[in-house]
Amino acid sequence: MKVPLSWLAEFVDLGENKTPQDVMAQLVRVGLEEEGAHGGGLKGPIVVGEVLEFVEEPQANGKTIRWCQVRVSSSGADAVRGVVCGARNFFVGDKVVVTLPGAELPGGFQIAARKTYGHVSDGMIASSRELGLSDEHEGILRLSEIGLDPEVGTDAIKLLGLDESAAEVNVTPDRGYALSIRGVAREFSHATGHAFTDPISKVSPQNGTGFALKVLDSAPIHQTPGCARFLLLGVEGINASAQVPDWMRNRLKLAGMRSISIAVDITNYVMLELGQPLHAYDVSKLTGGITVRRATAGEKLETLDGKVRLLDQEDLLISDESGPIGIAGVMGGASTEVTDSTTSVMLEAAVFDPISIARSARRHKLPSEASKRFERGVDPELAPFAAARAAQLLIELAGGKLSGVGAEFNEVTKRPGIAMELSFPERHVGVAYSQAEIVSSLEAIGAQVEIKGDVLHAVAPSWRPDITHKTDLVEEVARLVGYDKIPATIPVAPPGRGFTPRQQYRRRVLAAMTGAGFVEVLNYPFVSGQENQSFSGASGIELENPIQSERSQLRRSLLPGLIQAASRNLSRGFANLALIEEGSVFLDAKSQGPKVLPVGNQRPSVETLQILNDSIPAQPRQLAGLALGEWIEAKLGVTGVSAGYPQMLDAVAQAVSLAGASYELVQTEIPGLHPGRAAKVLVSGEVVGHVGELHPDLALVNHLPRRVGVFELNLDKIFALAPDLVLAGEVNPMPAATQDISLLVDQSVPAAVIAKSLISGAGELLEDLQLTDDYRGQGISEGQKSLTFALRFRAKDRTLTQAEVTVARDAAVLMAAEQHGAELRSL
Amino acid sequence: MLFLRTGIAKLVRVPSLLNAQTVALALSESLAELSKVQNAAELRSAKGQLVGENSAISRLNSLIKDLPSNEKAEAGKLVGAARAELMAAFESKATELEAVESVALLAAETVDLTAAPQILRRGARHPLSLLMDQVSEVFVGMGWEIADGPELENEWFNFDALNFHPDHPARAMQDTFFVAPVDAHLLLRTHTSPVQVRSLLDRELPVYVLCPGRVFRTDELDATHTPVFHQVEGLAIDKGLTMADLRGTLEHFARVMFGPEAQIRLRPSFFPFTEPSAELDVWHPAAKGGPRWVEWGGCGMVNPNVLLAAGIDPEVYSGFAFGMGIERTLMFRNGVTDMRDMVEADVRFSEQFGSVI
Repeated sequence: MKVPLSWLAEFVDLGENKTPQDVMAQLVRVGLEEEGAHGGGLKGPIVVGEVLEFVEEPQANGKTIRWCQVRVSSSGADAVRGVVCGARNFFVGDKVVVTLPGAELPGGFQIAARKTYGHVSDGMIASSRELGLSDEHEGILRLSEIGLDPEVGTDAIKLLGLDESAAEVNVTPDRGYALSIRGVAREFSHATGHAFTDPISKVSPQNGTGFALKVLDSAPIHQTPGCARFLLLGVEGINASAQVPDWMRNRLKLAGMRSISIAVDITNYVMLELGQPLHAYDVSKLTGGITVRRATAGEKLETLDGKVRLLDQEDLLISDESGPIGIAGVMGGASTEVTDSTTSVMLEAAVFDPISIARSARRHKLPSEASKRFERGVDPELAPFAAARAAQLLIELAGGKLSGVGAEFNEVTKRPGIAMELSFPERHVGVAYSQAEIVSSLEAIGAQVEIKGDVLHAVAPSWRPDITHKTDLVEEVARLVGYDKIPATIPVAPPGRGFTPRQQYRRRVLAAMTGAGFVEVLNYPFVSGQENQSFSGASGIELENPIQSERSQLRRSLLPGLIQAASRNLSRGFANLALIEEGSVFLDAKSQGPKVLPVGNQRPSVETLQILNDSIPAQPRQLAGLALGEWIEAKLGVTGVSAGYPQMLDAVAQAVSLAGASYELVQTEIPGLHPGRAAKVLVSGEVVGHVGELHPDLALVNHLPRRVGVFELNLDKIFALAPDLVLAGEVNPMPAATQDISLLVDQSVPAAVIAKSLISGAGELLEDLQLTDDYRGQGISEGQKSLTFALRFRAKDRTLTQAEVTVARDAAVLMAAEQHGAELRSL
Repeated sequence: MLFLRTGIAKLVRVPSLLNAQTVALALSESLAELSKVQNAAELRSAKGQLVGENSAISRLNSLIKDLPSNEKAEAGKLVGAARAELMAAFESKATELEAVESVALLAAETVDLTAAPQILRRGARHPLSLLMDQVSEVFVGMGWEIADGPELENEWFNFDALNFHPDHPARAMQDTFFVAPVDAHLLLRTHTSPVQVRSLLDRELPVYVLCPGRVFRTDELDATHTPVFHQVEGLAIDKGLTMADLRGTLEHFARVMFGPEAQIRLRPSFFPFTEPSAELDVWHPAAKGGPRWVEWGGCGMVNPNVLLAAGIDPEVYSGFAFGMGIERTLMFRNGVTDMRDMVEADVRFSEQFGSVI
């Protein structure tokens, strides 16, 4: 809301607050945040001049200047000045604005007599832009173009309101009334304690009768009728082409509205002043009476902006016997528009359901100054005052008179009072407000207050639809007395349990991964359907309104994001990367939720909550990593190590063991991974993720090198499968016996499978088993490999004999032989 | 070397007579030879000749047994004294030469550590993730707990339960990412407040929770906006909580984050889920370009309708809530000027923080 200061000063004493900055500094204390200052910042003499003659003089630089003689005063020695002007859009006889030596323009531009193009230019003929009036207009401002013909020598600052400035404040959605000078003046008075005069106290409501008006609503939204009040007031005999006075035009401009015509400007002016949107119909263009109703299917309306709009059955309409003549509270129709030839107008001041107006404005993409106010709630008591004020201005400025014709529909309901214990503000805010402070604050905002015993009863003012509960009253008391009066105390929370084990696990994992050399990144969860298919073999959840249409799904895997991040880093010259991300993926929901949601201000039943929760897709927190290039760079004294699946296997081992769990790998094909270099990770027999190398085709299309190590783990699942508590075993002090064995097996059998056989065959004496070699080639038949394992045996209660160890070893080998045809290799 | 290895025996004449003179001679010759030894290696090889089995002093010692028994004691004393003197000289020489050798070895072992390679990779946390962890620690330190919730939510938890009227403009398409079809009522949460609702539904009262996490709004990415960002929100519901408790909590939080000089300021504002509501400014003493007030977040006393949505009696319980953007906090706290740096995953951005925020 842009607030011209002179307008504000009509209703509240500004005191020492002279600039927009001063005014904003006051308003921010009561909750109107500062947005910016507009206008002002220039100094005279700036006067109206008349161009008497000029000579065009072409210059060496290709420009043509005009050497003008301009009369700037009716008499005196300096009455006619020589001025050089670069623009050529004016004529002899034009009235223009001349800035004389000593003047200062916005931005600190000083005007002085100066020598230029072979003349002494004794001032400057100004453009709209130079005067801060407009950003568009390059040429000289010809006053006749804006309908002005003032005397030569008139002070142009006063004429054009050039010294007027405005403060712009942000109005929160609960404070619709502050979208008016009336509302801001009241707030300014709250902030400063300065006297406030309600503008409507200067207006007497006027009645008209005899106009046919019907207000119907066949389809109220949320049981609220679309129109609570509708007032029509006729004014006849106006000169619709009467000039808009400077002060009005200037104020509208500063408030951000364009001057259109006297009738339209007056309705806008009153809306800005009081907050009541108004509409003026040309009476001669109305067909019969007016009916307010919902649209019917297929109805159309050409709105004032010249567009034909297909109406929705939910749109509230103003119609006459010809059909729709306006979308209520949003925009009027073209057919009944006021023009220069209009002589008789019907003013409309109404109160509409905020939700109905909001929906129509959004539906037709027509956010207007009117709809903005209706959406936030217009003071229902304002209509007769606003209509009368507009009529009064029409009579004053366009020479009309009240026609006596009009109508009123009024079903505004009385607001219920709010009861509040007098002790409540202190209990809620922590400030010991006195009864006088509470009462005077609430009376200042316009509430009617009555005290019965310990309880205060307040009826909120008509312009404050947001005040419905005693906490709303408390806010008014707190902000009027000042938030700076609130002391600071620290509440003592009950003994906490610290981070949950799951939260601790996340922290351990991230610390370990970054300790191991990964860089944590946080990627957007938006991916393409193709990416979801590639990495999970399934389609993901589709967004209705994605930012990028090619990334319209939510990720089922963290890998597409890591691949994009790797690509970006590679393109910036970083060829050795190890990236990690911890975050949610979005899978499937158990079931669909209800089409109609439960109401907001009561606790849903257990069953309803279950249904709502079941509608939410599973979103496990996952950990994924990617590495490419060199893990360790080769340099002086160091042999390089390539990045790839080996470090990913380490990371998997680390992440699982940090939960206190153990895992096994099963070599298999995984979507998105190299078919021969991929394994799933299992904890307690359940798949918790996978590890391996990115499929080289995917590496290629993403401009990555062929070898990219990747892994992805479901941390939630690992955590759930891990033991809650580590139970200590015995640390066995008996000596160990070790045995190495080499087994010949088919190359297709994974080492882990053989290891599993050995473990099950060896029995309980086997303490540990490690793969130490995988040899293929000379001495080994085609298609076979030799796996060497180091076995460590230990008994709980004795030193093992060689014979015992050999028996256990042979049992292990036998199991591998039986299950996988392994053969002990003779060395 | 060669000379010494074979030659000492020649130079130190092996006596065949045992008397005071031969003992003195053997001692003086042995000491003279010892003094010629140049380094520890020579000393080790000469040890046998000088003090070992074949040394002159040992030879003299072996002659004692052939003496008449009345001379044995005297001779023993004589040889013993000479041997002791020689051994002491030998030990002292050995210590001296080993010290020299050790110095030389240390010099020889010198490497240029400044030219030494680094082998371990250095990783880095993302600063947003670190900052959320740090904020969590501040509140855990105050006895609060950390609550999590889903990023893809049912609309009821994100809006209805938080006193957003079904026609609230924030529910319109321009702000919220909805899952298709819209009447499934699934959306990407626009704030972490649904976690507050879940905390109130699930936890025993009183509740003191902090909800850090990812949130989503349909803004295009630029220097000051990103469609995916992070928030922390706090919620305290207890008997008798007031706005003064809110102020005290925020003041403590601000001082931990911005130093003991930090202050906070509350300005009246509006949020559907709080009443009264306030904007929160923080006085940042170490801001780039000098101390100043910075808009930090929003806060207020929890609206009774929010408590009712969780089945809590607002006549018995009251509480406060606050929330701030982590990206914004990182920007003004750590001098990050462009929000795009936080989302592009450039390793240099995280690496400059390492594990410290």
